[in-house]
Amino acid sequence: MWRDHLTEIIVFSLLFLLVSAMGFVAARWRAPKDMAHLDEWGLGGRSFGGWITWFLVGGDLYTAYTFVAVPALMFGAGAAGFFAVPYTIVIYPLVFLVLVRLWSVSHRHGFVTPADFVRNRFDSPVLALLIAITGIVATMPYIALQLVGIEAVLKTMGVTGDNALARHLPIIIAFAILAAYTYQSGLRAPALIAFVKDSLIYIVILVAVVYLPYKLGGWGDIFAAADAKFDASPNPNDGILLNGNNQLQYVTLALGSALALFLYPHSITGVLASRNRDVIKRNMSALPAYSLLLGLIALLGYMAIAAGVKPLPGASAGSVDNNTIVPLLFDQQFPDWFAGVAYAAIGIGALVPAAIMSIAAANLFTRNIYKEYLKRDASPAQEANVSKVASLVVKVGAVACIVFLDPQFSIDLQLIGGVIILQTLPAVALGLYTRWFHRGALIAGWAVGMGLGMWMLYQVASPTRKHFGGSAFPLSEFGFDTARTIYVGIVAVLVNLAVAALLTLALRAAKVAEGVDGTTADDYFADEGDPRVTPGTERNADSAREPVA
Amino acid sequence: MAAPEPEAPTTAPTRAKDHSPWNWLLFVPIVVPLIPVFFNGDSPRVFGFPRFYWLQLAFILLGVGTTTLVYQMTKKRGDS
Repeated sequence: MWRDHLTEIIVFSLLFLLVSAMGFVAARWRAPKDMAHLDEWGLGGRSFGGWITWFLVGGDLYTAYTFVAVPALMFGAGAAGFFAVPYTIVIYPLVFLVLVRLWSVSHRHGFVTPADFVRNRFDSPVLALLIAITGIVATMPYIALQLVGIEAVLKTMGVTGDNALARHLPIIIAFAILAAYTYQSGLRAPALIAFVKDSLIYIVILVAVVYLPYKLGGWGDIFAAADAKFDASPNPNDGILLNGNNQLQYVTLALGSALALFLYPHSITGVLASRNRDVIKRNMSALPAYSLLLGLIALLGYMAIAAGVKPLPGASAGSVDNNTIVPLLFDQQFPDWFAGVAYAAIGIGALVPAAIMSIAAANLFTRNIYKEYLKRDASPAQEANVSKVASLVVKVGAVACIVFLDPQFSIDLQLIGGVIILQTLPAVALGLYTRWFHRGALIAGWAVGMGLGMWMLYQVASPTRKHFGGSAFPLSEFGFDTARTIYVGIVAVLVNLAVAALLTLALRAAKVAEGVDGTTADDYFADEGDPRVTPGTERNADSAREPVA
Repeated sequence: MAAPEPEAPTTAPTRAKDHSPWNWLLFVPIVVPLIPVFFNGDSPRVFGFPRFYWLQLAFILLGVGTTTLVYQMTKKRGDS
């Protein structure tokens, strides 16, 4: 019953109201003279320094869903869930040089989305459209999953109802508020709220990793409890260590997820909003602080085992919702007011990425669909308006996914999302280094990678389901005599690359037109204050043209 | 790729920027965390943590250390 959780609900609501107010005030924070420009609404004026970028990108990548789902995975499967740690270690050295190149070329040409870059680099609106659609499709379920994070908290506080509408009402209200201040303040809202969100999460987790082991008898006992649970379970692939069959899956999943993460439109939005190359490079060294946090959060899954937490029932009869274990652990072990703070941290933690993701998806729609195909002469002010409306549509879609569909559907889509966003790697990430690939070959590689990835995911069974049971593809399906598994995304992107390379040779031999590269080698090193970048005059010129258009 | 256009001497960017040999160091924190033989074991334990857990958490420091070193070594001179 919710009455038993009154203190928690009050603390949660107060903190939630505080950040909502901040979201609206954010419009005036570091405010520009002219907000009616996509650079302002969608990228915060490309002006964020080291600290803001750190909070913004950290709040963006390490989402509420991550904080709920990773410990749930540890709770259910053990060591395999710890892939999140190597994943978030390898990502920063991996993208250290790549992202500064993307920042530079985007700064020089005023690109807002990765598809903008691809269009210019490969002179191919079709390829850009594919990249944009891939980005939007991969991002939508990710936004919906943020709601799953909030729901896990609400469920634990007893805020549920008898029918679907009553059960989802709090989330609908929360998202309506989020939509309103994102509409008004753009990227400045999540940037400002991220300060509160991350401070709360750091406090909660530091307290949890010191206080809970003390209460539960120490780390030795916690690992022993987890070990005992996995020994007793019939599943051969769980345990507090990896076995011979899931090691390949573990490392390919870590590497594949790392490659995918910075291809997601919302990560790129966070990076492009920074002020200069230095800010990005410094952040690549500072962001791993969040990885440490994530590693500790993952271990909350084992603490829940040691504390004897029993997950709440899931949406369908007989299932359990492992996502509720962290909220339940806090409820059971912490005083009510502190549990309320922890819940607020998770709830607000969902708002920051949801806002950035909806802005990123809206920018893709505006720049690569609306401006490209619907209204070629759109002014920056019109672009900003279209983006604002698109961000509302995206959020309504995400809420509808959760209210009308089984949440499992969103989880499946997110699984697919990681695999499909990886298929943009040859065009976006390798494209930053080389224009060797032919635009036609990149399109073909994308199509083959998508098809193969979907087919492989469809083939993966789990103990409870026949299809889409996870991303660990059994190599025996390819005819290998082994029980080993591998991450679907890695296989799909390797095939994608092979197809793109072979077709490039073929198309070049056939002398098919390659288009003109709109960028120069030097663009990839442009920095803040580059004399060739004149956003001010460009903006004036555009607004001068506006009455004519 | 087109030849770089002529620039005023004030433009700092030069091609050398990401061709520093220091950048090769970045491969260390990419490769090491992806080799399970290093960390997939129980002993030795540190504060009750099996090696699998404490060593992977320690790799975070390896990542931070390497990226910081490369950043410092490749930073533009006389630029803050």
